Amino acid sequence: MPLIDENKLTKSKNRNQKIAFFLFASVGYFIVTILVAILSFIVYKGIGVINWNFISQMPEEGMTKGGIYPAIIGTLYLVSGSMLFAFPIGVLAAIYMNEYFKDGIIKRIVRMMTNNLAGVPSIVFGLFGMSLFVNKLGFGDSILAGSLTLGLLVLPIVIRTTEEALKAVDDTFRQASLGLGATKWQTTRRVVLPIAFPNIITGLILSIGRVSGETAPILFTVAAYFLPKLPSSIFDQAMALPYHLYVISTSGTNIEESRPIAYGTALVLILIVLICNLIANGLRKYFSKKVKMN
Amino acid sequence: MYKLESKNVDFFYGTSQALKNINIAIHPNTVTALIGPSGCGKSTYLRLFNRMNDLIGNTKINGQVLIDGDDIYAKGVNVDSLRKKTGMVFQKPNPFPKTIFENVAYGLRVNGITDKKFIEERVETSIKQVVLWDEVKDKLKKSAFELSGGQQQRLCIARALAIQPSVILMDEPTSALDPISTAKIEELIYELKSKYTIVIVTHNMQQAGRVSDSTAFFYLGELIEYSATKELFTNPKIERTQNYITGRFG
Amino acid sequence: MKNFYKKFSERFIEGLLMISSTITSLTVVLIIFFLFKEGLGVFNKKPLEEGYAVVINRLNSVGKLNAEQIKNIYDQKINNWSELGGANDSIYLFRMEDISNYYTDEQIGENFEHLPDCLNSIVDSIKGVIAFFPEKYINKSFKGKQLEVDKVSLKEFFGGEEWFPTSQPVSQLGVKPLIYGTLWVSFGAILIALPLGLAAAIYLSEIAKGRVRRIMKPLIELLAGIPSVVYGFFGLVIIVPFIQQAFNLPVGETGLAGSIVLGIMALPTIITISEDAMRNTPRAMKEASLALGASKWQTIYKIVIPNSISGITAAAILGIGRAIGETMAVLMVTGNAAVIPTGILQPMRTIPATIAAELGEAPDGGLHYKALFALGCILFIITLLINLIVEFVSTNRKNTKH
Ligand SMILES: Nc1ncnc2c1ncn2[C@@H]1O[C@H](COP(=O)(O)OP(=O)(O)OP(=O)(O)O)[C@@H](O)[C@H]1O
Ligand SMILES: [Mg+2]
Repeated sequence: MPLIDENKLTKSKNRNQKIAFFLFASVGYFIVTILVAILSFIVYKGIGVINWNFISQMPEEGMTKGGIYPAIIGTLYLVSGSMLFAFPIGVLAAIYMNEYFKDGIIKRIVRMMTNNLAGVPSIVFGLFGMSLFVNKLGFGDSILAGSLTLGLLVLPIVIRTTEEALKAVDDTFRQASLGLGATKWQTTRRVVLPIAFPNIITGLILSIGRVSGETAPILFTVAAYFLPKLPSSIFDQAMALPYHLYVISTSGTNIEESRPIAYGTALVLILIVLICNLIANGLRKYFSKKVKMN
Repeated sequence: MYKLESKNVDFFYGTSQALKNINIAIHPNTVTALIGPSGCGKSTYLRLFNRMNDLIGNTKINGQVLIDGDDIYAKGVNVDSLRKKTGMVFQKPNPFPKTIFENVAYGLRVNGITDKKFIEERVETSIKQVVLWDEVKDKLKKSAFELSGGQQQRLCIARALAIQPSVILMDEPTSALDPISTAKIEELIYELKSKYTIVIVTHNMQQAGRVSDSTAFFYLGELIEYSATKELFTNPKIERTQNYITGRFG
Repeated sequence: MKNFYKKFSERFIEGLLMISSTITSLTVVLIIFFLFKEGLGVFNKKPLEEGYAVVINRLNSVGKLNAEQIKNIYDQKINNWSELGGANDSIYLFRMEDISNYYTDEQIGENFEHLPDCLNSIVDSIKGVIAFFPEKYINKSFKGKQLEVDKVSLKEFFGGEEWFPTSQPVSQLGVKPLIYGTLWVSFGAILIALPLGLAAAIYLSEIAKGRVRRIMKPLIELLAGIPSVVYGFFGLVIIVPFIQQAFNLPVGETGLAGSIVLGIMALPTIITISEDAMRNTPRAMKEASLALGASKWQTIYKIVIPNSISGITAAAILGIGRAIGETMAVLMVTGNAAVIPTGILQPMRTIPATIAAELGEAPDGGLHYKALFALGCILFIITLLINLIVEFVSTNRKNTKH
């Protein structure tokens, strides 16, 4: 090609590419390093705190000593409560949207609403839960109000992951079943759902991780600063891990002395998320192997 | 001297062998058609000539691939410069998300040419070469996606011509086009032959017969028969070739 | 009969499914209803504490003031009634604790039974007086006049430069400091997260080897799953002290700390969405570029990035949305001073953090409570807009793809 010094061109192209790639690779590694740093910092500081007593005992001496048992139990209640609400409804909704709903303006509106709900900040869910469940419906600050608020928050996530799982099911399965005279629901229940099941469960587990760490929605709907006893009904207040961490790291009676507890709580929260991710990944691998073997 | 040549070429994707001992030699200014059933290695073979297979990890090549007598897989070969010598046209028209003008100018720009006048002239001649100029000269600033499929494909050929390669590699260039656009491209191939050496992969026997001088029939990674097109279609030496071109298996 | 049963159950199930699918829409509608019902209520209220009155001498011609004017009186920025359209009398501020200058404890009475009379005569005898006390001390013989206070106006709410809902005698409900704080912190975050996130996305989608990708991708997804309190806590114990030392500040809780924490939190969103967009670039398009002699890097910045620009835009906008709505992490690290910031190294307070910090103390249904819901409305509208923009950008993308 005329006008161009081939060697020089190649050199400059190579140089630019090297610089750019080096830069991008460094950023990639930098980000991963930050993540690993955050994780290992909290693991390092928290690992010494976690032991059986920490997990099984009540907080003591203004939450500077003792364990986080009631917070763990509270979070357990909230996770189960919210999933009990969001999972069935979310899966049913996703089935309707993916299998039954005819394309059109209404479907688009419903989908848009779901997307919008997914984008609403969690503190707004908190406000909403407070005015509807706590005040209007009179549940008061309670596990019920908190679970419902959290349930609404994860609902769009459950719907989205379930829909994706359903979409991944090849259409030929549906056609084959319908062609054999099965009804729509029979097709969905006996053919589509079993195939989509692994991905649906994976989504469920990941949303558990999400729910267990949410703080803003429970601030005014359930969370108690300090409760020396376990909740006895769904109308009781409860402590919760993320709120506990917030409280003892910012406004506890003695912030410095409760730091170890804070590290321990942070580590427990991270472990929950980590375990959820691991289980989800493990299930994904397990099921995809099973499919291959069949 | 041959323009393109492959000597004892084996090619592997990981452990699976896609090409087995391929020997072909192609004269300059000819059109060579590669035919054969799906998965037999035509695209793989075509892409050896501009080292496009390098992009796929975990591949291995044995033997020699030569352009103008030089081994293009030898150490120290500059792949970017090599690719400038070969233009490539793909199965589906794949214009860039840019204007018509910028699509054709792209190859020049990435190769360091900044002279505006030169670029304009080269874009114009390239588009004229593919007989597209009259259709697009008033909308050079429009997005290339606004063209029809056939026009897009001719634009992609113009894009390849702009960097003045000496070889054009075409992988089923008309399989996504309507008959009229296909005819236009075939006509174009015939005209381009005077300046370029063309290798074209096609599933269309008639097309191979119409446009090519010689034809290579691949089967399961092996070169079964390679001869002048007329010869291969009228008097195949090997039964398998006969079966394929008469449509007895597919 | 069996057929009928089958048909019926099909219908029943379909109905059930349909109802479930409407729940999200219903929730959005309910959120809008409750949020706006409470939030708009703020404009129907006087910024005066319930049960309290502001009184002046009966001869004073001023009858109505707004929150800002009253505040200026109490800050002694306005000292003469003429500035408020009244007579040329200097303003005399009477505070409840001043009462002992006028009356002895005996005169007031053991159970404050004479307090109303005392207050009455003070207000009646000083022409330029202004006083603030509970309404219950206004008795039948009261001769002063109660000042009317304007309801909270849109202009005060959005134009006011002070957020001090519990100030007395009138609440200051200017959201400007909170909006500015939110913008500073979020844009700081996006300034950090966007370049880093894009670079990492480019690396992951175009450069990294398969094995590196397979390790990095789940790690980054894990980053997205970690609760925001944990980020906030990390920011509190590491980033805040670091900023304090690095910039030699009195406190490390600053907008910058918030931006860094939010930046880290926005990274996964930006990386995964823009990486998806880049990986969606047709392979043939990249190959065409390489076949023309372009280097890999040229192909990335001339083809891949322009081709995925709408996805990248969506990533950036969603990242901003995340940052604007994030509550806990910001609450923990930004210092929460409700002052209009002039630099990133100052303490700031964002809208969500304000709600989280104050709702617990605001009495149900009161002005403060409603004001916090109004903040929620602002947040909701912002996120709605962001969602609509993203929706628009991504449908646009689908239309331009062939
Ligand atoms: N990227 C790849 N990785 C692994 N194997 C590949 C890859 N690309 C192609 N192959 C394998 O190599 C063999 C030849 O493929 P190739 O694409 O060259 O066939 P083809 O003759 O062009 O087929 P078609 O007519 O369908 O385009 C096939 O068996 C295919 O499965
Ligand atoms: Mg092919």
